[in-house]
Amino acid sequence: MLEVKHLMKSYDGHKRSLTDVSFTVATGEVAAIIGPSGAGKTTILRSINQLIKDDEGQVLLNELDMRQLNRSQLRQARQNIGMIFQNYNLIEPLTAIENVLHGCLGNKSTLAGIFSLYRQSEKEEALQLLQKVGLGNFAYQQCRHLSGGQKQRVGIARALMQHPKLILCDEPIASLDPKSSTLVMETLRQLAIEEHISVLINLHQVDISRQYADHIIGINGGQVVFDDHAEALTDTAAAQIYRKDLVLNEEAAV
Amino acid sequence: MIKPEKQLTIPTPTAKGPQFKMPVKLKDRRRVTIYLTLLVLAYLTMVTLPTMLPDHLNLKTASLTFLQNIQIMFFHPGLSNTTFVQLIQALLESILLAFLTTLIGSVIAFVLALVSFRQLVPAWVGLAIQSFMALIRAIPNVLWVLIYSVVFGLGANAAVIGLTFHSVAYLTKVYTDSMEELEPDAIETMRAMGLKNGPIIRQALVPNFIPSYLSWTFIRFEINFADAVAVGAAAGAGGIGYQLFMASSFYFNFHEVGVIVYLILVFAILLEIASYHLRKRVMGNQ
Amino acid sequence: MTPKALTISQFFFKKRLHLTLLVLILGLAYVVSSIGLGFQTTALFHAQDGLIWLLHNFIPNAESMRYWQDIGHQLVRTFLIAVTSTTCAAVISLFLAALGANTLSLNNAVTWFIRGFSSLMRNIPIVAWAMILLFSFKQNDLTGFLALFFMTMGFLTRAFMETIEDFGMDKIEALQATGANYLQVIFQGLLPEIAAALLSWVLYMIENNVRDATLVGLLTGTGIGFIFDLYFKGMRYGAAGLVVLAVIILVVGVEVISNLIGRLIE
Repeated sequence: MLEVKHLMKSYDGHKRSLTDVSFTVATGEVAAIIGPSGAGKTTILRSINQLIKDDEGQVLLNELDMRQLNRSQLRQARQNIGMIFQNYNLIEPLTAIENVLHGCLGNKSTLAGIFSLYRQSEKEEALQLLQKVGLGNFAYQQCRHLSGGQKQRVGIARALMQHPKLILCDEPIASLDPKSSTLVMETLRQLAIEEHISVLINLHQVDISRQYADHIIGINGGQVVFDDHAEALTDTAAAQIYRKDLVLNEEAAV
Repeated sequence: MIKPEKQLTIPTPTAKGPQFKMPVKLKDRRRVTIYLTLLVLAYLTMVTLPTMLPDHLNLKTASLTFLQNIQIMFFHPGLSNTTFVQLIQALLESILLAFLTTLIGSVIAFVLALVSFRQLVPAWVGLAIQSFMALIRAIPNVLWVLIYSVVFGLGANAAVIGLTFHSVAYLTKVYTDSMEELEPDAIETMRAMGLKNGPIIRQALVPNFIPSYLSWTFIRFEINFADAVAVGAAAGAGGIGYQLFMASSFYFNFHEVGVIVYLILVFAILLEIASYHLRKRVMGNQ
Repeated sequence: MTPKALTISQFFFKKRLHLTLLVLILGLAYVVSSIGLGFQTTALFHAQDGLIWLLHNFIPNAESMRYWQDIGHQLVRTFLIAVTSTTCAAVISLFLAALGANTLSLNNAVTWFIRGFSSLMRNIPIVAWAMILLFSFKQNDLTGFLALFFMTMGFLTRAFMETIEDFGMDKIEALQATGANYLQVIFQGLLPEIAAALLSWVLYMIENNVRDATLVGLLTGTGIGFIFDLYFKGMRYGAAGLVVLAVIILVVGVEVISNLIGRLIE
């Protein structure tokens, strides 16, 4: 489903933040990328939808190389990829349902986007998605009045509205309390199973990745140092991933 | 085993040395600049002040007549050459002028601000537009009105178009600045969803931009009202400013000047209060 | 939180209705004001005529270069008046602001009096200042200086008061707790801390006064504004163009210097 091959990225021409990263994510699988900060987790995630342009390698989404696309092809490809952020990145002054509806703008005309013209079916779907993540009662609330956990679930509903094949999550629970974290992670896990969406998550908690991921990719110093089933991640293996001597360039962290 | 990275990424203390020195140097440079600037300003003032006094002017009598006129204005306002209704009409004209130049200015400036917004266009476009706006603002308002009153003939068209120039230039600058201050996350998110610029502007930029848009536009409305009064007098562009000009330098009637100044004061202070409350409300919502 | 009794269609309809009404009201206000004022919207599409006219007529020619000395002299005077009126106003404003700021003031009545006074000073239109002063001080630089001085004083008093109040009550109380008296608090605690902020207000006002000096000159028959009026009404457009060029150089120059200082002290 998603294949990353020999991805490389450098800053300022010489500092390498990624050196030869390769891994695959299967359909309907929850994969977690773990590793110390500065290891290049965010860079990998953003290279997949080309928010960061990498130097070399291939990112294949259903055999389509994201790196070889022109602008409008890239826009089309991005519509298939939902993204969830640590800071939720909602449009705070707008209501929850409006934020969710943004997810379907990708396959609508520019004019529809400018005048917020949504079909009745789309509005109903957005409401159903909000109900699904447990926020049916908050549909008409401005997002700035929601709690962090609620905002993140609006973010998930927005990603689902895109009908994505893949959801990228960049530290989705780093700003949340344990209870909200559990809820968000459970929702993501459920989606992968029910909707056959692949989910790729950047995490820094080893225990949570063990609990919710099928597949764990350990990154250190811009390299893949672990790539196996979640059960294979023993305490020693985890310690190996976080080994300090492999952290090559902390300051290169984005 | 919880959050192991916390132990691993403690910053090394070696970085502290140079960091400590920097602010001290900065503070020195700051202090020297402040002292030097004050010194230069004081020197210029000392040199200029004595040359300001004209040769054939009795400062004492001049000051006395000035105070007398002020007293007439504020304590004995009255009308003789115009009626109160005419003055209210003139005030309304100035308000309409300010409103129109603000509305037109804010629409044009919003488009220009988008066109010079760094997250959407190449940097040189923004720089070109901002430089052009600075040029427009360097030419005084009243000159724009005077120029257009030659091209269009004296009247509402010249007044509106002439005043709109500064309105546009000012608002373009402040709109662009407040757009640059917004979090780039919202726009990046929309881009990650594969949206085009049009929807991104409408759905991500506009909702976040509305509070600063409102407060800056209202501030410009205050300025435009003052400008409308000024050019009314200096360029004969009508409104309450023109009435003020006539009363003071044609009829020399300071009772009437008093009434006019009171009218302008009341409206200006009302605007100031409204603007203050609007900004407080808008910022409170953020 | 109970669910609102809104259906989706109702919600979006309401939203759309509000937006449509807003646009309609603004549009209507535009039309009404245009008619009330006698402004023709088509004039907007002829705005370029003015720029073309400007570029066509305002090009300084060899003949207008004769005026360069006059213009240069008035330009320097204009700059000096702008600076002097600002500095003089700043000194008095600082005094008033220190008396009136509610974090320093002992008396609420004083605060309100100074607040009202500064509001009066800055909201009396500069045109009125110029005209009233012109009557008693006649046609000379002093009139322009005083007009700018009064308005600047009103503006800076408020700005300084806000700057002092932003400094915070707690810091002032901390200083008072060490046994410092009113003057010590101001000169040793407050002023060094807020000097940069005060100076940037002064620089802003100098910029502003350089722009306004042209207007005041036009009204009082002094300085750069007066010679522009002279050349312009005498249809000596080349020379008027030279004045405009000089003003641009002055304004941009002051702006650049002020930005530079601003960056050094921030």
